[in-house]
Amino acid sequence: MKIRIANDDIQSLEVRRLERVSGEDVKRCYQCGNCSGGCPVSYAMEIPPTKVMRFLQLGNIEDVRKANTMWLCVGCLQCYSRCPQGVSVAAILEGLRQEVLRKGASKTEVRDVPFPFLKKAPQQAIVCGFRKFVG
Amino acid sequence: MPRIGVFVCQCGNNIAATVDTKKVAEEMGKLPGVVYTCDYKFMCSSPGQEMLRQAIKENKLDGIIVSACSPHMHEKTFRKAAEGAGLNPYQCEITNIREQCSWVHHDKTKAAGTVKSIDLTRMTIQRLKKNQPLKKIKIPVKKKAMVIGGGIAGIQAALDIAEGGREVILVEKEPSIGGNMARLSETFPTMDCSQCILTPKMVEAELNENITLYTYSEVEKVDGYIGNFTVTVRRKSKYVDEERCTGCGECIEKCPFKVDSQFELGLNKRKVIYTPFPQSVPNVPVIDAPNCTKIQKDKCGACAIVCGPKCIDFKMEDKLVTEEVGAIVVATGYQNMPNERFGEYGYGRIKDVISGMQFERLASSSGPTGGEIRRPSDGKIPQSVVFIQCVGSRDEKKGVSYCSKICCMYTAKHTKLYSHKVHGGQSYVFYMDIRSGGKRYEEFVRGAIEHEGAMYLRGRVSRVYEKNGKIMVQGADTLSGNQVEIEADMVVLATAVVSRDGADTLAQRLGIGYDKYKFYNEYHPKLKPVETVTAGIYLAGTCMGPMDIPESVAQGSAAASKVLALFSADEMAREPITSVVNRTTCNACWDCVTACPYTAIEREAIKDRQGNVVRWVAKVNDGVCQGCGVCVAACRSKSIDLKGYTDEQVFAAINAF
Repeated sequence: MKIRIANDDIQSLEVRRLERVSGEDVKRCYQCGNCSGGCPVSYAMEIPPTKVMRFLQLGNIEDVRKANTMWLCVGCLQCYSRCPQGVSVAAILEGLRQEVLRKGASKTEVRDVPFPFLKKAPQQAIVCGFRKFVG
Repeated sequence: MPRIGVFVCQCGNNIAATVDTKKVAEEMGKLPGVVYTCDYKFMCSSPGQEMLRQAIKENKLDGIIVSACSPHMHEKTFRKAAEGAGLNPYQCEITNIREQCSWVHHDKTKAAGTVKSIDLTRMTIQRLKKNQPLKKIKIPVKKKAMVIGGGIAGIQAALDIAEGGREVILVEKEPSIGGNMARLSETFPTMDCSQCILTPKMVEAELNENITLYTYSEVEKVDGYIGNFTVTVRRKSKYVDEERCTGCGECIEKCPFKVDSQFELGLNKRKVIYTPFPQSVPNVPVIDAPNCTKIQKDKCGACAIVCGPKCIDFKMEDKLVTEEVGAIVVATGYQNMPNERFGEYGYGRIKDVISGMQFERLASSSGPTGGEIRRPSDGKIPQSVVFIQCVGSRDEKKGVSYCSKICCMYTAKHTKLYSHKVHGGQSYVFYMDIRSGGKRYEEFVRGAIEHEGAMYLRGRVSRVYEKNGKIMVQGADTLSGNQVEIEADMVVLATAVVSRDGADTLAQRLGIGYDKYKFYNEYHPKLKPVETVTAGIYLAGTCMGPMDIPESVAQGSAAASKVLALFSADEMAREPITSVVNRTTCNACWDCVTACPYTAIEREAIKDRQGNVVRWVAKVNDGVCQGCGVCVAACRSKSIDLKGYTDEQVFAAINAF
């Protein structure tokens, strides 16, 4: 794919806002790939964590929004605990999810979850799931 | 009959494990001429050496063999011990029965190792019988040094030698010392202003009583050897009398003609009578003769009219000066690869594609724009600048295969300077790898990316072209896997560091080695980093390969310390292992002269009583000869022999096998 980069992409306001929401600095990432290496679900992600960081550095937040990555992240924080630069990709993906959920799109209401499922699912999964999808 | 002593070392278990040292000693005792033998646990220990001295004295030995480790290890030790007992040190020979015997044998019955040790020792005994006592060569040393190249490495070397109380001649090709460092704006990683840290050193070099500056001068010819070099220096005509010039600058002011300034790399003009930059040392202008109408067409002469002390002389000519020095430090520095070689980057075609060094001048407060980043084409402030790294470096096909080492750092510095000077501007850097090894270097580059917002893109640029007044840069970002196109206002190329034009000619004059990129070779890349194969000639700085300022300065000081060590004694002792020519059989074919890598062989005329030249023969200069033996092999008439390794000795050893 050919992309054209301009100053506005690199200094993208949307990425700056995401940085404020997540408390992370995307420029800190030096693309070592440790996050993608350790992520338990990166194999299924359309854009793996390392590339998420790269796309955000290049100001390409659109492609990251479209990918399934943020919905697959389970928030285990493996990426954060291994990152030599102390960047939490999980926090950035959380920020992206919040952005979507607050607009009301893709939001799951608690009452829509079937009761038998809630009874059967492990407690951990319920906590994680609510955090991720309920907002 | 010779009286030879044989000492067999057990080297703990190193030799004794696979060699029966006692048997070796016994067997050797049976040979004619051997009057004393023994074996001992550690011959090199002080009781071992004492034993050796005792045995020499008590048995009146006239030659000794130590069968032990490699001569590289302890030949000096044993020769010194032998000398202590009154023996000529070159009557002590070493047989290597460790590296070349015991260590390569695994036979614990000791049979094979013992037989081989006996053979080796017997060979050495026969060789020793043919030995001639030799004397160390004493060479007088002239305690004056020459430093070639007045950049930061050369200045540092000269200052350190002068500080050590010795006289130095500093030869510089340009009208002012300072070299490439004088061009730089600020220096990584501390962002010191380059001029501010360099000019005090330049002034110090000018004022130091022990330093003689020969600016606008070049080395023409080098003769002689360590301690006794004769160097001919061409002092190019400045057309200005250095002694009388006060440096008022009136002549520069009045000169009506302007040409491109080499110091500013074509970004600015200078007068035909000029100093390269305002802080030049010495502050004496020179006339650029090819561009001067007075010299070429005898018209104008404005400078001579306004000159107060009347020190301009249009008839001045080059002078050849001969200097006698004991040591030479070569610090001729580097230059950048011509950018024109990279058509795909548009240098020379697109005005706003500039080199890294030109960017240094733009960022320098004494530069053509007074430190403002303005692009050369229209003087506008560029809002986006693309820096391209590895231009020519790590490019075997079009450039050089090595890494130029400093570009990663200075490009990071450029992005910092740019972000300081142009707020809101965006810098992009195309790189292949970031090589920031060094104290506080990695932190510096990360700072440029994280704090100053430089956008680093991993990939090479394949094309730079103009479109609607913008410069389009087309490359790749391998990290995101995309082809990338950027509209830039200015492009800066980090061109490769290459050796200076004429570096090979100077090396040939000096008799030092250089690699295929014409960078000078050090004697040993790790353990002798500032020495050359030619004794008495030392290296410092980027003439050896790409390096940064701290390294160049360290090498300048290292070379100076070598020179001062050489100058610490009036005479220098050298190993007497040198070639000698048999004058009666030499037939003057001069094969040895061409073969000698140290230019140690001269042509000598043999004259009759009337002073007529009867014939010519080769003559080895003991001061230069390193005893490599190439001439011995090259000589067709077998007229050259290597002292300590004569044919007679070698054949005796082979016959004994």
